[in-house]
Amino acid sequence: MSGSVLHWFRFSSPATFYPIAGRLIPVFWVLAALFGAAGLWIGFFIAPTDATQGEGYRIIFVHVPVSWMSMFLYLVMAIWAGIGLVLNTRLSSMMAQALAPTGALMAFLSLWTGAFWGKPMWGTWWVWDARLTSELILLFLYLGFMALQASIDDPRRADKASAILALVGVVNLPIIYFSVIWWNTLHQGASVSLTKAPSMAQTMLWGMLLMSLGYWMYSIAMALTRLRAIILEREAHADWVTRLPELTKVPR
Amino acid sequence: MISVMIASLHRDLLLVMRRKSEVLTALFFFVIVTSLFPLGIGSDPGLLRKIAPGVIWVSALLATLLGLQRILASDYADGTLEQMALSPAPLSAIVAGKILAHWLVCGLPLVVLAPVIGLQFDLGGSAVGLVMLTLLLGTPTLSMIGAVGASLTLGARGGGALLSLLVLPLYIPVLIFGAGAVNAQIAGLGAEGHLSLLAALLIFTAVFAPWVAAVSIRISLE
Amino acid sequence: MLRVVNLSCSRGDKVLFSHVHAELKPGEIIHLRGENGAGKTSLLRLLVGLSTPAAGEILWNDVPITRCRESYLRHLLFLGHQSALKTDLTSIENLRLLSAIDGVALTEDAVTAVLGQFGLWGRERFPVEWLSAGQRRRVLLARLSLQSAKLWVLDEPLNALDVGATELLLRMISDHLAADGMVFMTSHQSLDLPNVRVLTL
Repeated sequence: MSGSVLHWFRFSSPATFYPIAGRLIPVFWVLAALFGAAGLWIGFFIAPTDATQGEGYRIIFVHVPVSWMSMFLYLVMAIWAGIGLVLNTRLSSMMAQALAPTGALMAFLSLWTGAFWGKPMWGTWWVWDARLTSELILLFLYLGFMALQASIDDPRRADKASAILALVGVVNLPIIYFSVIWWNTLHQGASVSLTKAPSMAQTMLWGMLLMSLGYWMYSIAMALTRLRAIILEREAHADWVTRLPELTKVPR
Repeated sequence: MISVMIASLHRDLLLVMRRKSEVLTALFFFVIVTSLFPLGIGSDPGLLRKIAPGVIWVSALLATLLGLQRILASDYADGTLEQMALSPAPLSAIVAGKILAHWLVCGLPLVVLAPVIGLQFDLGGSAVGLVMLTLLLGTPTLSMIGAVGASLTLGARGGGALLSLLVLPLYIPVLIFGAGAVNAQIAGLGAEGHLSLLAALLIFTAVFAPWVAAVSIRISLE
Repeated sequence: MLRVVNLSCSRGDKVLFSHVHAELKPGEIIHLRGENGAGKTSLLRLLVGLSTPAAGEILWNDVPITRCRESYLRHLLFLGHQSALKTDLTSIENLRLLSAIDGVALTEDAVTAVLGQFGLWGRERFPVEWLSAGQRRRVLLARLSLQSAKLWVLDEPLNALDVGATELLLRMISDHLAADGMVFMTSHQSLDLPNVRVLTL
C-alpha cells in the first residue's frame, strides 16, 4: 500500500490513524472512479475487436485486473499481518483483517468473470486451467484466513494465529501455483486456456493497466473504510472512541 | 534435544497403544473411502485403473486429516501441552516427536495398505510400488503441514471442519505431485520429476514445520 | 531471584491489572490474593512466560526472562489449574515422561519410591484414570518433590486436597523455603506458614 515505512510508526496507533483514514477515503474513491472510467472507456470503445474472440473477450478488462489484485492483496495482507505479529502492533493486524474480504471478493470476481469468458468461448462455465484453479485455491486461502480469525475469541490471539496462516499461505502460494501449472500442462494439451489470452494490442494493455489501478484504488478505499469499522469495534472501550462525534449524536 | 524428541515420540506412541481403536478407525476410514469411488463412478476396470492413483491420494489426505486433531487437542485440554511449552528444551523438538508419532500411526499404515487398494482397483505391480513410494515421501509432509494447522486451531471454535479448510489448500501440491507421479508413469512419461519435487517438499517442510508449529502453539497458549 | 517490574496485563480489551511490582529472594514466599477474575492466574502465566505482558518486565537474576528462557525454565516448576496428567498412562509413566520432556531422566525405582512416600503405595502402576481426584493431586505433589526446581509457581495448589495432603504440601513448602527455594502461589485460603508476604491484586 502507499505510505513509506519511515513515517509509519507515527501512525501506528488506531486513535491517530482513524481520522487520517477518514480523510483519505474520499480521495481513493475519486481515484478509483477516474481510473475505472478511463479503463472501461478504453476497454469498451477504444480497444479493437479481437480477430478470434470477437467482442466477448472484453471481459478480460475485468478478469485480468481482478486476478492481479487478488494476488497482490494477499501479499499485502500477509505483510501487514506479519508486521503485526513481529512488532506486536494492533493497527497492522487490523489492516490485514480489513483487506481480507476485499481480496476474497477479487478472487471470486476473477472466477466469476472467468466463467463468463469461458462460456461463450468454449461452451463450458468452468475450465480447469492453471489460472482459474490457482484462483480457486487462493479463494480458499482467503476464506481460511477469515474463518480462523472469526473462530478465535481473543482478538490479539486471532491476529497472531491468522498472521502465521497468512505467512504460511504466502510461502505456499508460489508452490501451489507452480504445482497447478505443472498439473495443467501435463493434462491439458488442448488450447482451452484462459491464460492463453489473445495477443495484446497496445491499447488492450493500457486498458487493463488503468482498470488495475482503478481496482487498486477501490481496494484501498474499501479497506480503509472497513478498517475504520474494525477500529471502532475493537477499541470500543477507549476514551477517544466514546468521545467521537459520530457516536455522541443521539438520534431522536 | 534429540532425547527430548524421542521422549515425546515415545510418549505419544505409548498413548496410542492404550487407545488402539482410535487409530484403527482412521485406517478403516481410508479403506472405506476408497471403496466409495467405484460405487459412485462405476466398476469398469479401465476406468478404475485410471482413477486409482488420484483416489488413493485423496483418501490418504482425508484419512490424515482425521488423525490431526489428536496430535494436540487432548494435550491442550488437560494441561500437558502447557507443561511442554515450559520445558527448557526447544518446543520444536517436542513437536517434531509428536509429528513423527502421528506419521508412524496415521501415515505409514497408509503406505502399507496401498497394495490392498491397488488390488481393488486392478493397478499393476510397478504402479502400486510407485504409489507406495509417493505415499512414503508425501505422507510425512501431510503430517507436518497438518500439525501447523492443528496448532493454529487449538481452542478455536469450528473444530475439524476449520482445520480441513485451512489445511487442504496447502495439501494440494503434495496431492498433485503424488498422484501425478503415478499418472505420469502410467502414461510413459516417467515419474522422476514428480518424485524429486515430493522429496524437495518433504525437506523444505521438515526444516520449517516444527518451528512454525511451535510458534503457533505458543500463540494458542497465550 | 525473581523481580517483577511495572507489570500490566490485558485480556482482550480489558486491562486486568497494571503497575504490579514484586521481588522474591531465595527462601521467600509470596501469596497472591485477589477476587475471582482479578487476574491471579494471568499473573502467574505471565511469570512463567506463557503470556507476554502488555507492559513491564519480569527479571530472573536481573536478566529479562525472554532472554534467559532456557536457564529460567530449568529452575522453574509450574503447577496450573489443570492436572497435566494423561489418564491413560500410569503415574510412573506420567512422571517419568514429564521429566524426560524436560530433559531429565528419572529411573522407575526413584519414581516408585517417591510415589510411595506420597501415599500411592501399590497404586503406582494404575492408570491415572483409576485414581481419585485427591490421589491425582498427590501424584502432582510427588512431581514437586522429584523435580529440583528453585522457583515453584503454584496456582491454587490446595484445591481438592484433603487435610493430610494439605499438611504435606505445607510441609514441603517450608522445607523448600528452608533450602533457599522460592514459592509464588495463589490460594483462597490463608497460609499457615511463617514469613508469608501477601500481594493483593
